[in-house]
Amino acid sequence: MAGMTTAAQPPVAPPPDRAPEPRPAPPARGRRPYGRLAVLLLAFLYFAVPVAASLWFTVDDPVKGFSLDVYTGHLVSADMLGSLLLSVELGLATVALGLLLVVPAMVVVHLRLPRLRPLVEIACMTPLVVPPIALVAGVNTVLSWAPDLARTPFYQTLMVLQNENFPLVLVLLYTVMSLPFLYRSLDAGLRAVDLKTLVEASRSLGAGRLTTLGRVVVPNLRPAVVSGAVLSLAMVLGEYTVASVLGYRPFAVWMVEVGGEEAELAGAAAMLSLFLTWGLLLLLTFLAGGRTRRTRRQRTTS
Amino acid sequence: MSDRPATDAGPPGRPRRSTRRLHWPAVLPFFAFLALCFGLPAGALVYGAFTATDPATGHTHATLDNVRQSLKGIYATGLGGSVQLSLLCALLATLGGTLIAQAVVASRRPALRRAVVAACGVLANFSGAPLAFAFVATLGTTGTLTRLLSLDHTGFSLYTTAGLVLAYLYFMIPLMVVTVLPALDGLRTQWREAAASCGATRGQFWRHIGLPVLLPSLLGGAVLLFGTAFASHATAAVMVGSSVPLITVQISNALAGNVLAGQENLALAMSLNMVVIALLVMAVQIPLQRRSARWLG
Repeated sequence: MAGMTTAAQPPVAPPPDRAPEPRPAPPARGRRPYGRLAVLLLAFLYFAVPVAASLWFTVDDPVKGFSLDVYTGHLVSADMLGSLLLSVELGLATVALGLLLVVPAMVVVHLRLPRLRPLVEIACMTPLVVPPIALVAGVNTVLSWAPDLARTPFYQTLMVLQNENFPLVLVLLYTVMSLPFLYRSLDAGLRAVDLKTLVEASRSLGAGRLTTLGRVVVPNLRPAVVSGAVLSLAMVLGEYTVASVLGYRPFAVWMVEVGGEEAELAGAAAMLSLFLTWGLLLLLTFLAGGRTRRTRRQRTTS
Repeated sequence: MSDRPATDAGPPGRPRRSTRRLHWPAVLPFFAFLALCFGLPAGALVYGAFTATDPATGHTHATLDNVRQSLKGIYATGLGGSVQLSLLCALLATLGGTLIAQAVVASRRPALRRAVVAACGVLANFSGAPLAFAFVATLGTTGTLTRLLSLDHTGFSLYTTAGLVLAYLYFMIPLMVVTVLPALDGLRTQWREAAASCGATRGQFWRHIGLPVLLPSLLGGAVLLFGTAFASHATAAVMVGSSVPLITVQISNALAGNVLAGQENLALAMSLNMVVIALLVMAVQIPLQRRSARWLG
């Protein structure tokens, strides 16, 4: 974010000297950067101040002055690590399930069943229309039918889904909620590569379907897969509504419970969550970019 | 479309049929999953919204009471409040996001653009409970800025609609920047040059060419933002609780039995109202996307 202002400054310096020139373009350009700079500066302030102020809030003790007690003391507790771990596990499971369901379906529809394409698009985008709170209201109703099913195997299934230690029901719901992200990025990825030719080449060289999917299709879609996965993961890590209504305690719910008692701890947790998301996005974009670059280099050297 | 080359050039008869048969294993789990995990709850939502269960007999009967009650009194206020807040936020975020995106596009600096896009990616995901706590730490009763600028004397309070707008814009503006950047890229420099060589001023260019071409994308983005604000629950629940009436908070309260026990079906009816509004809004967006694709595809 610091790059925003430093990078914005250079264009201001040269244009004003050119202002008196008779040609039409330079005066217009000369007037422009001030407005542009003001917009960027204002935006920078609006987005930087809450982060800076929150950081200050967590380290500024009214009695002792500057102290890192919140971070060294209670932030890292067994309680917090447990919720964070649950969130991460839920996120990874969601990404895995989502990709497993969506990638083969979208690839096959793209290549062989174009008539199903609008159907898959509608199916993936409908979860956008149903807000999480409405979805979980419906799920709550379905789960409340459990006592009526007590003698059937469905009851066991419902109980397994609601396992305290690893609530699969959350994974299923998060997968539904992540479908729009997965669809958007995969659709863009599928449009960008000539998958048909690649698949035909791979098949004519004797590769089976799964080999083709794993070694030709997915590597070519890697940026799309990674960006979809990252967006889903970020969504799950910050999700509060569904988990709290169903009574589970992943990271966001823990944060709210703690925040009711200790505002500074909640602020610290919020900052941790921001930097966690940031690090995650950075790491995974780096991974995606690094891999493709390496393969390209291999290709040119060989 | 993609089937035809296979019939022209592909191997005859046998292999093709076997591949056709094998398409379904890839698609079927996806649809089965959706039917079970999305269709079933959605069905339960609609069914529950139009029925009521007698607590004494356990008998369920069809009724419109839930829907009627969900559109009256405090629940009507909540729905209206949510719609108003979302409209206001969508409008402001569309404006702010477009200005920032235009500033980035106009500067033609790849480094600036990369920094802004990366920052927006993170900030657009910074919503929910963490965002609420960040704002409480900044502008809450004992927040850093509140103390620093003695904002409490000016009558400013974070726990109002204005505070919510301020917090919502924090993730909605970045979302708009990311959404509108491609559309602004699509405005060709040649169009601007052509307009300039015909003697058009900057204002005329924007009024007659820029905005009309961008309008579908801008409206599409605004619709997306409206939906996001309308559906968001955690930020409001954590920051203002029930002091600003919003439908999402009312639904979660009803689900938790905070107001009255046995209000689950009322919660379902309110959820259905939300879905209906979201559907109406989506119905606006789809034709818009088609139109913007014509110019900016």
